[in-house]
Amino acid sequence: MVITNQIKNQHLLWRAGFGPSVHQLNTFTSFYPVKTYADLAASSERPPVYIDIANNFADGFTMGLGEVLRNRKKEGTDDKLQKRELAKKSRDQIKSLNLTWLDQMVNSPAQIREKVSLFWHGHFACRNINIYNQQLLLQQIRSNALGSFGELLTAVSKSPAMLAFLNNQQNKKSHPNENFAREVMELFTLGRGNYTETDVKEAARAFTGWGFNLQGGFVNRPFQHDTGTKTFLGKKGNFDGDDIIKILLEQKNCATFIARKMYRYFVNDQPNEVNVQWLADRFYQSNYNISSLLKDVFTSSWFYDEKNIGSKIKSPVDLLVGFRRMLPVEFDNKEVQLLFQRALGQVLFYPPNVAGWPGGKNWIDSSALMLRLRLPQLIAGNDLFGIAAKADDDQQMGMMEQLGKGLQAGRNEMNGLGKRFKVSAKIDWPVYQKQFINTPRPQLYHVIETALLQAKMPVALDAIVDKSIDQSTRENYIQSLSLLLMSTPEYQLC
Amino acid sequence: MLIRRRQFLQVGSLATASVMMPKFLKAFEQPNAVPAGNKVVVVLQLSGGNDGLNTVIPYRNDVYYRERPGLGIDKAKALRLTDEAGLHPALTGFKNLFDDGSLGILNSVGYPNPDRSHFRSMDIWQSGSKSNQYFDTGWVGRYLDAQCHCCDKPTQALELDDVLSLALKGNNNKGLAFKDPRRLFGTSNAQFYKDISKNYSDHHHDEQPADYLYKTMAETLSSADYIYKQSRLHPTNSAYPKSELGNSLQTIASLIFSEINTKVYYLSLGSFDTHVNQGNQQQRLFTEMNEAVSAFVNDLKKSNRFEDVLLFSFSEFGRRVAQNASGGTDHGTANNMFLVSGGLKQQGLLNAMPDLTTLTEGDLNYEVDFKQVYATILNKWLGVDDKAILGETYRHLSFI
Repeated sequence: MVITNQIKNQHLLWRAGFGPSVHQLNTFTSFYPVKTYADLAASSERPPVYIDIANNFADGFTMGLGEVLRNRKKEGTDDKLQKRELAKKSRDQIKSLNLTWLDQMVNSPAQIREKVSLFWHGHFACRNINIYNQQLLLQQIRSNALGSFGELLTAVSKSPAMLAFLNNQQNKKSHPNENFAREVMELFTLGRGNYTETDVKEAARAFTGWGFNLQGGFVNRPFQHDTGTKTFLGKKGNFDGDDIIKILLEQKNCATFIARKMYRYFVNDQPNEVNVQWLADRFYQSNYNISSLLKDVFTSSWFYDEKNIGSKIKSPVDLLVGFRRMLPVEFDNKEVQLLFQRALGQVLFYPPNVAGWPGGKNWIDSSALMLRLRLPQLIAGNDLFGIAAKADDDQQMGMMEQLGKGLQAGRNEMNGLGKRFKVSAKIDWPVYQKQFINTPRPQLYHVIETALLQAKMPVALDAIVDKSIDQSTRENYIQSLSLLLMSTPEYQLC
Repeated sequence: MLIRRRQFLQVGSLATASVMMPKFLKAFEQPNAVPAGNKVVVVLQLSGGNDGLNTVIPYRNDVYYRERPGLGIDKAKALRLTDEAGLHPALTGFKNLFDDGSLGILNSVGYPNPDRSHFRSMDIWQSGSKSNQYFDTGWVGRYLDAQCHCCDKPTQALELDDVLSLALKGNNNKGLAFKDPRRLFGTSNAQFYKDISKNYSDHHHDEQPADYLYKTMAETLSSADYIYKQSRLHPTNSAYPKSELGNSLQTIASLIFSEINTKVYYLSLGSFDTHVNQGNQQQRLFTEMNEAVSAFVNDLKKSNRFEDVLLFSFSEFGRRVAQNASGGTDHGTANNMFLVSGGLKQQGLLNAMPDLTTLTEGDLNYEVDFKQVYATILNKWLGVDDKAILGETYRHLSFI
């Protein structure tokens, strides 16, 4: 089978970004992917603009204070109520951070930067209810996403969000807390089996004293630090946290661990060990230059092999963002997107645990799949939404009560199905339809299918689609056909 | 507007399309009816961290009243079970169950190195992991993996909810979540899905993501059909309270009477996260639980199925022994579990009440690992190899 440049370019845009945007539709056929990649990389060169939700220092300061009070477990009515209010405000602001970043993924030309940041957001999974800490960590990730892995690892390890989440504030000479040291090795750098329990204990000693202050800055508390000699991964010395990170990066296993994880994320859930090893060698030699690794991936001929195209299940964020890039949508209440994230199993800033989102087949169960298939019709207003996302007491997103504005109460259906709602949103159809203005009607089906689906439909859908499609006008044909194609299992793949 | 709804949601029978169906679908066409006497588990998750000490009340314990001057439940109001334990006043139905030998209470259930974060502790309970392990699968999901190797029983574990919990996710098999069989049927019954589903043929290896998606879709459509039909086979005519839990247990009862192949039902009630004004919130939730579970038990008794059904409750953690300053309690550790069945081998208080004098940082110490309860149920009730599912041998308990 011949794979056209268009399919290759779309493949690249889905993997290195969040899929083609509606404005790119007519630009693919002429370029080779190498050129597309060069353009993409150039668009991501500039440092990202800080997403500043808790935008004044006082806000951040009080949030920080709330955190410290909580850590001290101070009891007392006033403190408690104040903490509760701070926590609520912080959670509301994390929602804004979520939606603002989501908009960036949709609209930013720096597609590689945002996509790779989402990868690191899962790799360095962190829950922290402090908005100030969360936005700082996100900024560290987005700024270092394409730079040096060593610098990224150091920045994340010294961020208040991660230090708090992995309890390093409690890691003191007198009472070492191993949580941070263990996860740095198990999840961030080496993976299980490449270190011993002794290494964990010794690394924990080296990290003693790392903490943060009220202003959200990293502090090294010398009186909490264990200055004794440590033996770590075969080396001996009076190590501190920076030394541990340096020794971890010296391990070839670290380059392999990251290369394999990125291969699974960007190329195929089933890693090809030959390719992984090739990437790992070069990653290690480049002193962990992430951009070089990405270039190696996205300009390799194997990346464009048939078996790697349309072979990944989109994450819920990929799905939602990809949809919005192709069909620009304005939601009356943007928060409905939080409900989608929740019901589909991926809420930004709320990873399921420290290991991040497992991805792959794990995204799919009956209810998640059926909701995915219905999503386009829900957004287009042709179907009613009746899903109450599960409560999460750490999260208390309070989404249902806040959705009133955007969800017009649907009529209580006569057949006793209970209350369901219409998602109130407007799709910018004219801008989409304009892309097909020169396509003759008989070719529309093929042209739209090729633009929307990376996985080949096993059977021609013509006959099936014909039954469900609105043939009345050209516009209705384009719209109903596109929504139907986006309601297929194939659209879940990229 | 675009797609005529009636066309999109046309009713049709999946069975008529069976000739064209790929082989992995065929199996669903003859759902294995389960013989009466089939054991069923109903898991009731109390989300948010239920306060166990105000559930099973140590009404003779001075420490309890000293630590909870405003929140402790009055000795006179507690429903007395033994000369040291009483139930929350809203749990009258559970008191009746206790009296007729269908309630077991297991105290001090938890796990080593407890985590006080809701999401992490729930993760631990649902996955059946230790506190330093991270699993992508749940204990019921792994039961499915072990049970249905080449799964002809996609409805073996059902959750009465819109979103599937981690507990029901296995590596290769996942339970199915729905709130109402009719709505599940409605949303899965679109002609479009049926058409694309039946036209798919699995010429690829099953590992391909596309095959997995189609397999899940086919299972969903087929199961939706099956569940809906079963739910209408012997719909219960007993009265249930008009609460969400009442509706869910009514659905479960109808499915049990239909002899559907479901072995595990999963449902949750919440939120029990009572940092503030605990009294009212717990009262309201317990009233809902009490009415719904009582109706469910009476219904099962009427149909002689109570011996085959085991309902148990759990929460991700209990709460601090001492009340806080806002009329509530903060996150704690060990907690009690209710075991409800007509087939209990051991009833009443199954072990000692928690020791309120020996605390760790103000929290109760655990005596029973919750994975022992899972192991017992998997092995003795569901008749499977618990070690294969939990990854370790846990000492079995003797309540069943």
